[in-house]
Amino acid sequence: MTRLIRPVLAMVLALMALWYVAVLPMNVKETLTQAERAGAVIAPPSAVERRDMSNWALVLNNTHALGESWNLDRPRLPAPHQVLTELYASTIGEEVTGRRGIVKTGTLSNRSLIYHGLITLNATFVGFLIGTGLGVVLAVGIVHSRVMDMSVMPWAIVSQTIPIVALAPMIIVVLYSIGIQGLLPKAVISAYLSFFPVVVGMVKGLRAPDSMQLDLMRTYSAEPMTVLTKLRLPSSVPYLFASLKIAIAASLVGAIVGELPVQQGGLGARMLAGSYYGQTAQIWAALLMAAGLAAVLVWLIGVIERRTLRRMGMMA
Amino acid sequence: MSEPAPILAESAAPVIRAQHLDLTFQAADGPVHALKDVSLDIPKGSFVSFIGPSGCGKTTLLRCIAALEHPTGGSLSVNGMTPNEARRKRAYGYVFQAAGLYPWRTIGRNIALPLEIMGYSKTQQKERIAKVLDLVELSGFENKFPWQLSGGMQQRASIARALAFDADLLLMDEPFGALDEIVRDRLNEELLGLWRRTEKTIAFVTHSIPEAVYLSTHIVVMSPRPGRITDVIESPLPWERPLDIRDTPEFIEIAHRVREGLRAGYQE
Repeated sequence: MTRLIRPVLAMVLALMALWYVAVLPMNVKETLTQAERAGAVIAPPSAVERRDMSNWALVLNNTHALGESWNLDRPRLPAPHQVLTELYASTIGEEVTGRRGIVKTGTLSNRSLIYHGLITLNATFVGFLIGTGLGVVLAVGIVHSRVMDMSVMPWAIVSQTIPIVALAPMIIVVLYSIGIQGLLPKAVISAYLSFFPVVVGMVKGLRAPDSMQLDLMRTYSAEPMTVLTKLRLPSSVPYLFASLKIAIAASLVGAIVGELPVQQGGLGARMLAGSYYGQTAQIWAALLMAAGLAAVLVWLIGVIERRTLRRMGMMA
Repeated sequence: MSEPAPILAESAAPVIRAQHLDLTFQAADGPVHALKDVSLDIPKGSFVSFIGPSGCGKTTLLRCIAALEHPTGGSLSVNGMTPNEARRKRAYGYVFQAAGLYPWRTIGRNIALPLEIMGYSKTQQKERIAKVLDLVELSGFENKFPWQLSGGMQQRASIARALAFDADLLLMDEPFGALDEIVRDRLNEELLGLWRRTEKTIAFVTHSIPEAVYLSTHIVVMSPRPGRITDVIESPLPWERPLDIRDTPEFIEIAHRVREGLRAGYQE
């Protein structure tokens, strides 16, 4: 493990370096305009001329005036340290020193990513539970009924080919029209994304017992229910966990997408707000927060998976 | 229906009686006669081996007795019932080619599996697990997981699982086929001891001539295409069989007869 730390760190540093370099061409026009106002000589001197030039050419022609690239107020691509600063400011900073932070008011600030992250997390969990439950039930049905296998599975596959961003607003509108709003519509979108990996994994898992293991059950004249609980379900556990890791990440994506059209809090709402007001650092901070959440959730499932499999004797 | 020809003459009512048994599979390139006109009586308390090359129907016959396959002709009774009824009455324990223990259950819980399904109480389960583990000499391994045991020990555990619910009939489908010679010899010896102690009827599928001759009171020689019985040999060997009985002239003579029977099946 310790031998891997150095190469992994080197990889992270290389990615950061790439990001810093990419900031140059992405922000060059704004940087040069600012430098020109501050009195630097820029080639070519007119912003109109510069508009049609390629970003890299501008970078190479004006290497002396790029100092502010990584510190712009409204960058197209914020530098990593700007994103981290924003992330800190909108989490710990906002809560500890902010006027509405938890330290001053006792409740989470509605401008902090912690507040919005928790909103998203709520929807993610509810959606994940619905999706997993639905997935397991459908898989059990598919494995036991030829009719369900032929009727449900194709629809499940088709359902995943529809872009969720197109479907999400319709789900929200339809649910709103029957009086459901708030957490549930987002959870439904989450569930819509997360049931599928569970169905696929569980169908495979429930069918994992070989013919000998099934024959053994037949020699005991076991009922289908017994075969399910004593053979199929235990066999499917490793498959289930593989699916759950995908499902929880998909749930998070679903919750975020569900927050885009509604604008009532959540990481999705923050991302969209950031793009309305050109606050790219805010978008990136929300993105980072979402990525971090996803990583933690997947890791958590991994921990539960290892514990469960060890208890089941399926992992040394 | 013509008069059955009991091949294994015995006074007591046979545990298994097959009369003109046929089983034809419909394959893509025409029918396959897995079993054709198989008639056989297996008397209570006997140890019957089925031997023959692959495709001779020996496993199919065993699966018919277990009601895992269904004959397309003739009649078959187990304990005087149809195989299906017999299965529902828990008439037999079945041991497969591989141990087939459930990896998420300890050895003890694997043996408890049939007992759970058949509705034995917790105390009865405990009692029986201890008893059969002792029978197969695995006491002390109750809480181990299957992967912690050697292949031979796993197969012993699967025999214990088949013994746990006191079926009088034990059906064994090449149970030691995947094990090495030394382990196999030892398990053969143990199986004979177990059979004598428990007085069960054992139907045993194998493709090893020495194994068949060493274990059996009756050896059923089968041949393929179509799967049928070509010879039934009643063993004159004594019940007490140390492993070195395999070097005696009697043993070699029976083995020779089995080999001849197998060869005859091929030449037809």
